[in-house]
Amino acid sequence: MTATPVAPPPASTAGGGGAPRKKGTRLQLLTRTDRLVLAVMVAVPALLVLAIVWLPAIATVLLSFTGWNGIGGLDRINLVGLENYTNITTNYPPFWIAIRNNVLWLVVFFLVATPLGMFLAVLLDRDLKGSWFYRSSIYLPVVLSLALAGFIWQLQYSRDQGLLNAVLGLDGADRVDWYGDPDVNIWAVLVAASWRHVGYIMLLYLAGLKSVDLALKEAAAMDGASETRTFFAVVFPTLAPINVVVLVITVIESLRAFDLVWVINKGRNGLELLSALVTANIIGEASLVGFGSAIATVLLLISLLFIVPYLGSILREDRR
Amino acid sequence: MPSRPRPTALPSRLPDLEALRTAFARRSLLRGAGAVGAVGALAACGGEDTASDSASGSGSGEGGGATTLGSNRADEVPRAAEDAAIAAFTDASDIEVTPNVVDNETFQESINSYLQGNPDDVFTWFAGFRARFFDDQGFIGDISDVWEEIGDGFTEGFKTASTNGDKQIFVPVLNYPWAVFYRKSLFKENGYAVPETRDELIALCEQIQADGLVPFALGDADGWPAMGTFDILNMRLNGYDFHISLMAGDEQWDGPEVRAVFEEWATLLPFHQEDPVGRTWQDAAASLLQKESAMYILGMFVGEQFPEGEERDDLDFFTFPALDDEIGSGALDAPIDGYMMTADPADEAAAKAFLTFLGSAEAGEIFVATNPNNIAAHSDADTSGYTALQIKAAELIGNADSIAQFLDRDTRPDFASTIVIPTLQKFLQNPEDIDTVLKDLQAGKERLFVEGG
Repeated sequence: MTATPVAPPPASTAGGGGAPRKKGTRLQLLTRTDRLVLAVMVAVPALLVLAIVWLPAIATVLLSFTGWNGIGGLDRINLVGLENYTNITTNYPPFWIAIRNNVLWLVVFFLVATPLGMFLAVLLDRDLKGSWFYRSSIYLPVVLSLALAGFIWQLQYSRDQGLLNAVLGLDGADRVDWYGDPDVNIWAVLVAASWRHVGYIMLLYLAGLKSVDLALKEAAAMDGASETRTFFAVVFPTLAPINVVVLVITVIESLRAFDLVWVINKGRNGLELLSALVTANIIGEASLVGFGSAIATVLLLISLLFIVPYLGSILREDRR
Repeated sequence: MPSRPRPTALPSRLPDLEALRTAFARRSLLRGAGAVGAVGALAACGGEDTASDSASGSGSGEGGGATTLGSNRADEVPRAAEDAAIAAFTDASDIEVTPNVVDNETFQESINSYLQGNPDDVFTWFAGFRARFFDDQGFIGDISDVWEEIGDGFTEGFKTASTNGDKQIFVPVLNYPWAVFYRKSLFKENGYAVPETRDELIALCEQIQADGLVPFALGDADGWPAMGTFDILNMRLNGYDFHISLMAGDEQWDGPEVRAVFEEWATLLPFHQEDPVGRTWQDAAASLLQKESAMYILGMFVGEQFPEGEERDDLDFFTFPALDDEIGSGALDAPIDGYMMTADPADEAAAKAFLTFLGSAEAGEIFVATNPNNIAAHSDADTSGYTALQIKAAELIGNADSIAQFLDRDTRPDFASTIVIPTLQKFLQNPEDIDTVLKDLQAGKERLFVEGG
């Protein structure tokens, strides 16, 4: 009975009179120690995932239906039903701006930054002279700490002393307030964020390109396909697994975007993002745990919108 | 919760520490600022063993007990001042104080979890609504008996700011005024006079503009500096009592009073630097320093941005002129920094002894000696070492009718950070749309000023 999950005993071959128990032991593929090790190896990660991922996620969802200022025990938590959600959507102006910005972030990453990273990877895949230099230069922003990245871009974007306004020759009232103008600053930040994202995607894609069988490319060339055509008809389809990874990373990076806007102005004044709103409401002195959790739950739901189809397709592939 | 670094434990006591401490008379300390840092650093090395002493109850071999101090004075200058104060206290009382230093921002942001966890006996904080709020949550120790000893040294205003209901919960040490700062030389060169009325202020602004300068510097990238402007306009137009009751959530944010504040602000805004929301307060201060802007509504810490010497001596201020003659110009923001005791200190006697010392004129002098952008809260603190600016600040505060702390200290912090900051920034971008501003403020107030919310 203990062995059944591992190796179902093929009943037909069992033949003569032995007790079923004995059969079980005979067909036991794993020793007691093996089973113990297996159990531990499954149980420990499962418990960790439960404790670190699922419990907090469920707690967040539950807390989103309450009002709590983070002080005192469970007795100080009031159930408020859907009040937090109505408040978020009806009288919390930053929320819709944050949704818009998150979507914008996703669209720009998906349509501009990621294709650009892939393009650079394809360019740098050939043995150019000094390609190591280009690769490291493009990858460098990924390595820099965000505080430093924020500072670098502050130097470019500062209204009064920034490089950009100086180079563009804007002076006096013509100066663009790159970080302060809520119509402009999200684009300024998206440029800075893409600057990092491009390098990341490039490196990933470069690794993928290395794995493409040269024979495929040669065959395409023999058939007279152009470079562009070879890429789209041959290389790109072969890289399907990498493409999925790149897609997933693009989505994840867009949804969890946070650090850059936080460094710049704590996600206010045009730079609202869901993640920044969650932090602003929960962390710090504000301590609106219930309200912040409701925003976090919205973010969770949006993430699920992307994760569920992805997981679905992965699991389908596994089954095949 | 952000990690709170503890002071590293060094090989317990350094041999010459006592000798150094005895050499540490108060006067020599005030003179030799260099020595202060060194001794202070050594004094902080008592480290972990004193902490464990206090945990196991008082009365470690050496002397009168031990206490711990949670401090946000992490920057060099305030750190040296606090270490010097600790050293002077230990010297006098034989009570060890173990500081547990966290940077200012982290300390403030994690204060909720800090107080709920295992807080130190004494901690740095500021007077006002937030101090009372923590007391109402049961986190704060009653130090009324400390006030019986130190009370004579403080004016009524300080006592009120330190009181919740009928008990005292806070020991004030330092404060500084918010005012209109300017450079004396610029005013002299261009023949500007300090405005006493609204008409004079407008005339001055127009004249400054005609001279090709910006009348008011303004940088609100951090969100809080514009609160200072709101506070002063509200106190000038609607009076101190209305301001405080508005902060407490007892008034309408969309009523005619607050509308008047924003309308006045909208008239004054063309006299301010353009695009304030992208500019840090330091950059705005730089424009005052470089004589591109003529005036700047800010706290006295604006002096930090002025190099010591000629330029810092050139800095002067006046209080914002009256906008309504019946209300006058007697109210201002003058935030008070000081110390509180947690509800359940390991060694209450030692903690209270330390707080009594912090409430002395001597402690005030030690703190202010290294920091010329503050003044001592204690009435008897020696002001002979004050700069002209400090003397003026002390006079301004001393003569004020009523003192507010600052918007984010006088109201709920969630309201200040998640509602007021974004709304004021929106107003600065688009001063025409006062209706939306008022609506957002009122909606936020109604949402947050709910019991237990």
